[in-house]
Amino acid sequence: MVYQSIEKAKNSYDVIVVGSGLGGLTVSNRLARAGHQVLLLEHHHRLGGLATWFKRKNHTFDVSLHGFPYGMVKTCRKYWNEAIKNSIVQLKNIVFDNPQFSLTTTFDRQDFTRILQEKFSISGSVIDDFFVTVRKMNFYDDLAMSTRELFEEFFPGRSDVHRLLMEPITYANGSTLDDPAITYGIVFSNFMDKGVFTFQGGTDHLIGMMSDELEANGVTICTKSKVERIVVEKGRVKGVMVDGRVISAPCVISNSGITNTVDELTGRDAFPDDFLADFDKVKINNSSCQVYMGIKPGESFPDVGDLLFTSTAPSFDSLEMRDMKTKSRTFSIYYPQTRPANPDYTVVASMNGNYDDWADLTDEEYKAAKQEMIERSLVDLERYIPDIRSKIDWLEAATPKTFSRYTLHTKGTSFGTKFPGLDISRKIFKVVPGLFHVGSVGIIMSGWLGAINYGVIVANDADAFLRS
Amino acid sequence: MTRGEIKDVILEIIADIDEDADMDGLNPDEPLRDQLDLDSMDFLDIVMELRKRYKLQIPEADYPELATLTSCINYLEPKLKAL
Repeated sequence: MVYQSIEKAKNSYDVIVVGSGLGGLTVSNRLARAGHQVLLLEHHHRLGGLATWFKRKNHTFDVSLHGFPYGMVKTCRKYWNEAIKNSIVQLKNIVFDNPQFSLTTTFDRQDFTRILQEKFSISGSVIDDFFVTVRKMNFYDDLAMSTRELFEEFFPGRSDVHRLLMEPITYANGSTLDDPAITYGIVFSNFMDKGVFTFQGGTDHLIGMMSDELEANGVTICTKSKVERIVVEKGRVKGVMVDGRVISAPCVISNSGITNTVDELTGRDAFPDDFLADFDKVKINNSSCQVYMGIKPGESFPDVGDLLFTSTAPSFDSLEMRDMKTKSRTFSIYYPQTRPANPDYTVVASMNGNYDDWADLTDEEYKAAKQEMIERSLVDLERYIPDIRSKIDWLEAATPKTFSRYTLHTKGTSFGTKFPGLDISRKIFKVVPGLFHVGSVGIIMSGWLGAINYGVIVANDADAFLRS
Repeated sequence: MTRGEIKDVILEIIADIDEDADMDGLNPDEPLRDQLDLDSMDFLDIVMELRKRYKLQIPEADYPELATLTSCINYLEPKLKAL
């Protein structure tokens, strides 16, 4: 699809969506299908936000395609199309390897029940009680209980069990044992439904299909179009300032970060004091680091699993996992079947990271720190693929600074905000009529499934506003 | 619209949302959620479709009124009477 240049955009639309992450894409698609005129603006040259990819040599590297819950099947069928739904395939070999345990699982309730019984000697009734408890959790439930307390209630003193249950979720959304148990329960239950899934064809294929669908539904898409500000007059949304002119719309949906939306795009002046008091309490989640490895054409390696949660740290520790020198990383392994049309082997090592650790380094220190991270990742990967070094023809690292540059998110957050950010995001249109926010917030509205479903929820709010 | 017409509309909207939904043997007084495996996102879809078709605004506080087929009809009957 060829995107419009911003000069050709009309002077007014029903809705302007700022940012094309999965939430922004979905809210655009839903509102266009409901009959509204939608303009979608993206600062980058391609759509997708953090659901992105890049090409080096003959390799295509997926940045955030690591695995999502089965719920994506229904979501893609209802809110996108059959072709997108039909590209979803299961990742069957999820590997854990750390000083406390090593195992391979399909990462679903049945297999976890087996593992907890056989490897961890937990009684079947305790496991069932735990699954029923987390399954029943709702976002409007009591927030008082932390995930740590939840684990201690069911598996007291079992740091090994806590690690098995928590580590993947910490990688998935940046949450820790101190976050509300409901955020854990909702996300974990989604995965435990049927396991972990991915898109065959890769992120580029998915975003291509989504952009075709948007075009078919009449959305005007302008890339390389960075919105300078959201225009608010007399307390209501009037449009956006982009490329030196105002494009008007009664409804603007920001798929920028919630902190960017309030502090920068709209400006704090537009909001009442009590809203800002709540907003200022919102904490953003951490950022990420990644190491991308491409394998020479003609080389291969055996199947060592699809997603490897590896650590040499003695036990689960979310602070350790964010440390620059963390010993904990996931390896997403992409085999030739990931892109049958362009078969290739790639590996992406992902770590959590703190923006502040990386931001203040000198250029030299930054380069050296990236090189050390690459080296640590290679040493870890050699435990699973011993001759990997000789097969690699591309190595590159991304840090929180990289995430910040491409997403523009405050401090490069890759998982939005902690739980209270959800309430701010949900009520922003009640304080500035016509202004909506969609994007990673509240831990539960994060990840690919969370982002798409939140796009649907916000589309409903915006549709109600537009038809009122 | 009559109660019968409203019922047909609801079943038609649900069929669009969930192509596998088995409407035969649906108990009108039991929660739709339990019988048809509908989740909260599906109910949002129903609300959005009713708004599109009939300009009907259903506030979030009223969502529980959509729990069963009978409660849906009871809730929608006065609102769709004029159509």
